[in-house]
Amino acid sequence: MIKTDVVIVGAGPVGLFAVHQLGIKGLKAEVIDNLDRAGGQCIELYPDKPIYDIPAIPKCTGKELTENLLKQIKPFKTNFHFNERVQEVSSESENWIVKTNNNKIFKAPNIIIAGGVGSFEPRKISLQDAEKHDGKSIFYSINDKNKFKDKKVVIFGGGDSALDWTLELSKISKVTLVHRRDEFRGAPHTLNEIKKLEKAGKVALKTRYQISSIEGEKNIKSITIKNDEDKSIKIDTDYVLGFFGLVMQLGPIAEWGLNMNRKTISVNTENFQTNKKGIFAIGDICTYPGKEKLILSGFHEAALASVECFKRARPNEKYRFQFTTSSKEIQERLGQKPK
Amino acid sequence: MPKITYIESNGNSKTIDVANGLSVMEGAIQNNIPGIDADCGGGMACATCHVYVKEEWLNKLDKIEDAEQDMIDMAFEPKKNSRLSCQLIVSDKLDGLIVTTPSKQT
Repeated sequence: MIKTDVVIVGAGPVGLFAVHQLGIKGLKAEVIDNLDRAGGQCIELYPDKPIYDIPAIPKCTGKELTENLLKQIKPFKTNFHFNERVQEVSSESENWIVKTNNNKIFKAPNIIIAGGVGSFEPRKISLQDAEKHDGKSIFYSINDKNKFKDKKVVIFGGGDSALDWTLELSKISKVTLVHRRDEFRGAPHTLNEIKKLEKAGKVALKTRYQISSIEGEKNIKSITIKNDEDKSIKIDTDYVLGFFGLVMQLGPIAEWGLNMNRKTISVNTENFQTNKKGIFAIGDICTYPGKEKLILSGFHEAALASVECFKRARPNEKYRFQFTTSSKEIQERLGQKPK
Repeated sequence: MPKITYIESNGNSKTIDVANGLSVMEGAIQNNIPGIDADCGGGMACATCHVYVKEEWLNKLDKIEDAEQDMIDMAFEPKKNSRLSCQLIVSDKLDGLIVTTPSKQT
């Protein structure tokens, strides 16, 4: 069991800045995220798109913002628990016990939910028959490409994952790439390579087609794809790989007994606490009258929530408001030598 | 005010007045129309306000941008008449628009 002052759920920009606001107050945090790296939506949805409304930063990309936030919180040497999804929350006297899907257990007086719109999960093939093959013949990510050696593989999607894997697996497997339209959003360079392979007969490319059925009981034998004009093609295959991007699922957070409003968590605007004392929600996942889903709003919410976290984690100490420009205590925590 | 009709995948339909300048997505959210999630709040950063536009209206809409098409790749069961309702801004021109929501968004 890991004991800490605050468990932060979500390593997006707002979760990262919460580490900072807690850190300068001398509080320790542990950060849990379902993804394999920090950045949340900034990294998954728009790493290269410029953001224009971060105060005092005229323009930066999602990736740059994430990198700078990580740099800003480096002095606090925070532990990140990636590829972990928070599953259960229970109370134990003044503390919360947080359990992840991999059975990591945390104990803390405070939980800050900075979960965005929930955890990212791959979008799956919506056919009913797809479910029984999930993880056997149908995959949405690849751990070991050797599984596909000398096999027939159909890849779906139009983004970089679909294109990169088509190129990579074409070296060891018989690949058919299927996409719902002629245009691909993945890198043009990779697409050109694939088109060359198609001309050479090494890869099959089917555009304007979508999956319509899956044949096979234990394993997939073939699939049928269909276009808008109702033309069907049957393709014999061993494996299907789907790269349709990520969807965000609120997941188990919805079961924690928090007051919810649609898919967001209701909080007060004094300290962004939920209806449960010691559980806070900040960033896109929280709602209150006038809420705007902006990163800058999340930063403000993190600052105020951290004050209440301090009061709960250090009940015998008095909270003192301090500026980073003048507080020696804060500067020491930031690893700066005061002049 | 322009009237927009939202048809759920089960056939239930609701016609509401939506003020000019709002998006078809906002019209749905403000009037508690089911079937549109709009997780990102209208930023074209998710695909959970996905709708199917009635064929005869397709050409009357502003042309779809690449970024919207890219996002629709990630939508649930995209079709030829798929649009993101956050990108459809209501004006007198869209009076009578009919959209159908998919059976689910995520």
